[in-house]
Amino acid sequence: MSIEVQQLTKRYGAQTAVNGISFSIKKGEIVGFLGPNGAGKSTTMKMLTCFIPPTEGTATVCGFDIGEKSIDVRKHVGYLPEHNPLYLDMYVKEYLTFTGELGGVQNTKARVAEVIALTRLEREQHKKLRQLSKGYRQRVGLAQAMIHNPDVLILDEPTSGLDPNQVVEIRELIRSLGAEKTIMISTHIMQEVEAICDRVIIIDKGNIVADDKLENLRNASATKFVVRVQFGSTLSLEKIKTIPGIKNIQNLENNTWRLDSEVPEFRQAVSHFALANNYEVLELVSEKNSLEDIFRTLTGNVDRI
Amino acid sequence: MWTVYKKEIRSFLSSLTAYIVMIVFLLATGLLMWVIKGNTVFDLGTASMSVMFNVAPYVFIFLVSAVTMRSFSEEKRQGTLETLSTRPVTDLGVILGKYFANVTLIVFALIPTLIYYYSIYQLGQPIGNIDTGAMWGSYFGLILLGTAYTSMGLFASVLTENQIISLILSMVLCIFFYSILGWVGDIKALDVIGKSLSWFGLETHYYSLSRGVLDTRDVVFFGSFSVLFIWFTKLVYESRKW
Repeated sequence: MSIEVQQLTKRYGAQTAVNGISFSIKKGEIVGFLGPNGAGKSTTMKMLTCFIPPTEGTATVCGFDIGEKSIDVRKHVGYLPEHNPLYLDMYVKEYLTFTGELGGVQNTKARVAEVIALTRLEREQHKKLRQLSKGYRQRVGLAQAMIHNPDVLILDEPTSGLDPNQVVEIRELIRSLGAEKTIMISTHIMQEVEAICDRVIIIDKGNIVADDKLENLRNASATKFVVRVQFGSTLSLEKIKTIPGIKNIQNLENNTWRLDSEVPEFRQAVSHFALANNYEVLELVSEKNSLEDIFRTLTGNVDRI
Repeated sequence: MWTVYKKEIRSFLSSLTAYIVMIVFLLATGLLMWVIKGNTVFDLGTASMSVMFNVAPYVFIFLVSAVTMRSFSEEKRQGTLETLSTRPVTDLGVILGKYFANVTLIVFALIPTLIYYYSIYQLGQPIGNIDTGAMWGSYFGLILLGTAYTSMGLFASVLTENQIISLILSMVLCIFFYSILGWVGDIKALDVIGKSLSWFGLETHYYSLSRGVLDTRDVVFFGSFSVLFIWFTKLVYESRKW
């Protein structure tokens, strides 16, 4: 096991940021750590990288306890914090050399060149960090995280704030690293998990609400039938609740609703409902149940009946 | 620790901090020693560097505070403290790296002033009539004073993300431990209490060294002073773990 977390808890005063979570990550897995903002993702990652200690519970990374063997943990973990802090006055090479030496790299010069090639920073390697675009800075962030060749990479929202092209590039980079490393990546973007991860841990308000392989999560919710419908007039929530078989309701826009049910003929049911009540239907589409829905359902962003 | 030390030295050099500190120190002491009428070597008419050694502690208060203010404040503000403290280095290693880098800068700021020593050496009547022992004692005292200032500066810096607050706090600490505790000793009404309080002041020990007598008590005092403030710095640095 690369990461083993047991009953990890972090409290800030009366507020509980992480509430006794447990999970383990096998060697070579890429795990998406998913949750809305403020769910406790960053806090968990900060504890796993020994930046802050847990209030209760323990965790081991590569077999080293985060409390007692903190230095050993740090030797085996590469960490990219949220917002990717960098010394903007340093040059790319200078910065990577510095982090390499801190990480105990023997042949720093060769390793820096290697990492620069891996993150495709060759053209920018003589620039100051301040001069780099956000996408390139993010690459430097990734480069510094893996400079000491750690077994585990912990990346906190590595693609936030990047433009779509850069997002794709960074994702590809992370996926290519995943071949030999254990990667834990936090995000609140569903597509990211679908694009990179083998497994997903969904966390909400400090609790784990789902921890499974992607396919399993998808299959589990395959019994759901989702319909997006736009009515010609405004309907009350009470009225919509009378549609037979309806399970979850979500109001997307004024008259546009997203409804789901476990009944296979749900689309027909909605159509009948509209006809029977003489409502105008402007649009009626059946949607595939995406990961996004699973996330929304699990993190309670839906009116449940 | 030495990696942090090297990085700090590099950043002093690349951000011009090092040059500015050297130039300002040389200018401030030089002007007071040779140019600004009233207290110059020529006015006093003695071949000694006492002017510089009287002024330097005050110039240092400003310079050392100005250099140390960004040590931790900047890292906190930019968030680089998070990448730094999740590396396999101990917290003490980070602090000592920064401490020794700052002390090195102080030593280098003092080196150019040896020109003043040479000038006075040549101006002496007869040539070379200068108390060399006192001079080296003073230099040594000044470096030790610099280490004490540095430890206070780092402590002020670790307390806040705001560099200005750090600067002011550091200067207040330095002035308190250098001047104010020195003045307390002169207050007749306080008698023994004042004298013992002033013993904790840096001024007493600095002047004791500048007489040219290497008293181990003074050296131990400065050493303990640094250790104390580095320990405070470490406490605050680790406060995220509380």
